[in-house]
Amino acid sequence: MGEWRAYAALGVAQIRSVTVYRASFLVEVFGNMGATVFDVLTVLVLFRATPEVGGFSLREAVLIVGLSSAGFALADFAVGNVDRLKTYVRAGTLDAVLVRPLPALPQLLLMDLPIRKTLRVVFGLVVLGVAVAANDIHWTPLRLFLIVLTPLAATVFFGSIFVLSASLAFWWVDSGEIGAAFTYGGRDFTSYPISVYGSWFRNLFAYALGFGFVAYQPALALLGRADPLGLPAWAGFLSPLVALGAATIAAGVWRAGIRHYRSTGS
Amino acid sequence: MIKMQDLKKDFTVRVKAGRFRRLKRTVAAVDGVSLTIERGEMVGYIGPNGAGKSTTLKMLTGVLTPSSGEVSVCGLTPVPQRTRLALRIGVVFGQRSQLWWDLPLRESFELLRHVYRVPAAGHATRLRRCRDLLDLDEFLDTPVRQLSLGQRMRGELTAALLHGPEVLFLDEPTIGLDVVSKQAVRSFLAELGRTGDVTLVLTTHDLADIERLCERLVVIDHGRVVHDGSIEALHARYGSRRSLVADLDRPLPDGFTLDGTTLTSVTANGHRVTFTLDSVTAGVAVAGLVAAVAVRDLSVVEPDIEDVVARLYTER
Repeated sequence: MGEWRAYAALGVAQIRSVTVYRASFLVEVFGNMGATVFDVLTVLVLFRATPEVGGFSLREAVLIVGLSSAGFALADFAVGNVDRLKTYVRAGTLDAVLVRPLPALPQLLLMDLPIRKTLRVVFGLVVLGVAVAANDIHWTPLRLFLIVLTPLAATVFFGSIFVLSASLAFWWVDSGEIGAAFTYGGRDFTSYPISVYGSWFRNLFAYALGFGFVAYQPALALLGRADPLGLPAWAGFLSPLVALGAATIAAGVWRAGIRHYRSTGS
Repeated sequence: MIKMQDLKKDFTVRVKAGRFRRLKRTVAAVDGVSLTIERGEMVGYIGPNGAGKSTTLKMLTGVLTPSSGEVSVCGLTPVPQRTRLALRIGVVFGQRSQLWWDLPLRESFELLRHVYRVPAAGHATRLRRCRDLLDLDEFLDTPVRQLSLGQRMRGELTAALLHGPEVLFLDEPTIGLDVVSKQAVRSFLAELGRTGDVTLVLTTHDLADIERLCERLVVIDHGRVVHDGSIEALHARYGSRRSLVADLDRPLPDGFTLDGTTLTSVTANGHRVTFTLDSVTAGVAVAGLVAAVAVRDLSVVEPDIEDVVARLYTER
């Protein structure tokens, strides 16, 4: 109970800190939305050139983009700033976080909570809403459940990827932007029907690393379409399991990373 | 309160050896430290740069995982029980702030009350005490980024004490401070130590901190404890003596000796002489000197701890 009050206090402090600089805060809020808008525009432009991509129409593809970008925007909002970890590790400022009576990860997330990214979340959810409206989905209780569950599972999944790639910094301070290949690269991967990818690449990312279950398989289940790649319909419900698996791995790696932390001389 | 048994911390460093090759080398930052610190003790932990002071402190606070050996603070094992331990200790790392950069000091303190989950009443009492002793009132509503280093350090000390810790770890609390701020910090810590319920471990390069505050001095070098005891014990061990400095009207006659002392220096064309007091008291030496030559001025100089410690560092 007390811990939640502590977290709330940290969150409020962050909001108060960023709003100290009012003008720059507003610029950032709107500047940040741009990025997400472009992701969706890319897909729309692609469909200007061809009516079908990987066997999917524009409407269907937008549902995949919507699921992926709603989940990603939420994860990026809640967890994305964990990539600042490498600066903390390099400068040794993680020390100050580790001597407080709260677990390090939630503290870091709240201390850096990117309020400026709120509009991105709104935009991601709007895209999802539009996509749902644009498709003629035959609603069943199971599908209603799925439309709520999928973005949440995607959030957990992307959040885990963020934490995993940030944890690299514990072992390898100069990890630079390698992590971004998996976070932003992963988001781009999940924005398209996976049938467009070459087979070994798809096997690796979609099935082995689990990105195919984030948006593509659930979209098929929502639309009631058979998977052109042959997975059964229930594969659309695997996303929470995949997300849970990713979260478990991320938590383990994070914990190992904290123990490996070397700090710096002072 | 604090127990360390054969505590070690190794770091692997990669050394460039050719264009692509890197050689791994293991460096022991802390190399088998065993210490026990009782409740209420004030311990000065000193050593040259890179001796392992901060590394030890980071292992005691749960920031770093020891490579081997055992450590317990307040009966807890720092790394696995880090968050529980954090509620019972206070930490000031001179170079790492616990305060919120963009918020007024007052709000940082209020936030810490929630972070440490302490009852409002106890928090308010401790804050009042710190405000009085450290003169915080004039900058309590200033954002932390606008504070001077001395003001910020006073804020950091307060922040570390608001939850009523049993042990206070201070890593170079006076580094970079001006004389007045150093004094303020020292008197505050001395006041804190007088009550006897806070155990204090402090690392520093400023030996005046230790002389003012700490009964017990632990000197570490190359990751090992080279001295553990009082400042007097250190002087005794290294044979540091008081000395008598005298300004004379005329240089000493050739072959002059003063019983029980050694003439260690003659400067200012023979007008200033220094005798080290080996086996006589200052009074006897002064009387002997005054009886023999015309003395214009004299003073008795206490042994300088800086010299002793410098000798300790170079003697490897």
